Amino acid sequence: MLKFPIYMDNNSTTRTDPRVVETMLPYFTEKYGNAASRSHPYGWEAEEAVEIARGQISSLIGANPKEIIFTSGATESNNLAIKGVAAMYKKKGNHIITQATEHKAVLDPCKRLEKEGFQVTYLPVDRYGQVSVDQVREAMTDKTILVSIMAANNEIGTLQPIKAIGKLCKEKGILFHTDAVQAIGKVPVNVEEMGIDLLSMTAHKVYGPKGIGALYVRKKDPRVRLEPIIDGGGHERGMRSGTLAVPLIVGFGKACEIAQAEMPEEAKRLYFLRERLRKGIMEQLSETYLNGHPDERLPGNVNISFAYVEGEGMMMGIKDVAVSSGSACTSASLEPSYVLRALGVGDELAHSSIRFGLGRFNTEEEVDYVIQLVVREVNRLREMSPLYEMAQQGIDLKTIEWAHH
Amino acid sequence: MPYSEKILEHYNNPRNVGTLDPSNLAVGTGLVGAPECGDVLKLQILVNPLTGKIEDAKFKTFGCGSAIASSSLATEWLKGKSIEEALAIRNTQIVEELALPPVKVHCSVLAEDAIKAAIKNYQEKQESVAAQQAKPEPVAVG
Repeated sequence: MLKFPIYMDNNSTTRTDPRVVETMLPYFTEKYGNAASRSHPYGWEAEEAVEIARGQISSLIGANPKEIIFTSGATESNNLAIKGVAAMYKKKGNHIITQATEHKAVLDPCKRLEKEGFQVTYLPVDRYGQVSVDQVREAMTDKTILVSIMAANNEIGTLQPIKAIGKLCKEKGILFHTDAVQAIGKVPVNVEEMGIDLLSMTAHKVYGPKGIGALYVRKKDPRVRLEPIIDGGGHERGMRSGTLAVPLIVGFGKACEIAQAEMPEEAKRLYFLRERLRKGIMEQLSETYLNGHPDERLPGNVNISFAYVEGEGMMMGIKDVAVSSGSACTSASLEPSYVLRALGVGDELAHSSIRFGLGRFNTEEEVDYVIQLVVREVNRLREMSPLYEMAQQGIDLKTIEWAHH
Repeated sequence: MPYSEKILEHYNNPRNVGTLDPSNLAVGTGLVGAPECGDVLKLQILVNPLTGKIEDAKFKTFGCGSAIASSSLATEWLKGKSIEEALAIRNTQIVEELALPPVKVHCSVLAEDAIKAAIKNYQEKQESVAAQQAKPEPVAVG
């Protein structure tokens, strides 16, 4: 039995795995101590639970438990990594390298630093959304203190050549941060093998609870130091003060443990579903375009532009499935997705894009339902589209003088 | 964002989707918006030359649900109206009827623009016909 709407927006957030919720529950009502309380068993058991979670989280990325700093989520982790490094190493240099399709939680801290006198290079990406290690190398100067390149993109699922960039940064002695929110638990990430010094992650993209994230901060070779953003009780090696959210941390840990154990199987299953969805849609509809890299992408991400059909209008038609669009109409800015623009996708096709984010709880039956739903609605909306009609008549839409408003 | 029942109703059962023959002198065509902006609206009217009333109206729209609903409603309202009455349709009436949220007001503006563009196109056609007829017949020589 299908349950509507079918959730296919797993790049946005995921359902908390019931196994995770179950593990968390005692930490609300029974084991509710403050992990910083050293004077009684409530505190001790909370601290122990936090340390177990730290182990589960660090294990997923091949780190040491002591290198995990808990935060409220990846936005805070990205802020802490970028601003923290900038403040700590500003005597060494004032140049940061990042790239155009980063999440706003990376781009906006960089923009703020620019106002404070830092220089930021925003590398352009190729048509698949990738930067090359050569681009990063060429952008480096003797003032570069940080390279921040995401592991996988949230909109188009494109994977970046993290290992090669990490190796380059090691050679040059420049710190390397990666926003790995979309990658962890989906594709293998290892901070040692990939030469990562700082890594942002969050629980709610890996079937854990919302409101908890972490920043991996390398402890040796090199020992990374950060200027904290939040001062207070000196928790988390002084890098992030504030009472630890024990139930959330326990859930985050459990989510990482499950992800690590099930990733090989799950990735295979998601890859199968992704290709079934992609082919099912694209083989039945003309003028559909896959956004992002055909192979080097997250196993669960499909992003397709449907020419002549506007994304938000389409989402209304396929309301039985929860997805998102790069259309301007879905954002407050009235600008279409900056990620798709950076790839060189025209505004018209950016408006026509739909992101399907498959996850742990999606089934083949759901994918098959969504395929027929999308095909039916796109055909219906194309019949209603003046652009489709013009294209059928052989009119080149680029030759028309549109009244821009 | 949740949509009003009326928007959904028009979106699911759009009235008057289609195309009128643009070469017909009694047809006026308005094409407004731009693909890069995410909205293009084509609206056509067929005017009865004897009564001066709009006998038929058709649309095709590339856009969000609110743009489709605004176009559909506009065609519904146009039928049976005189040109003067049609020119009096205001976007605010569309906003009110469909309960469009503030971020979707531009869809109603586009619909009003399309109505005006279609009427203008119809009137220009009529003027050129009148100009043609006013010209003296060429005299056949020899």
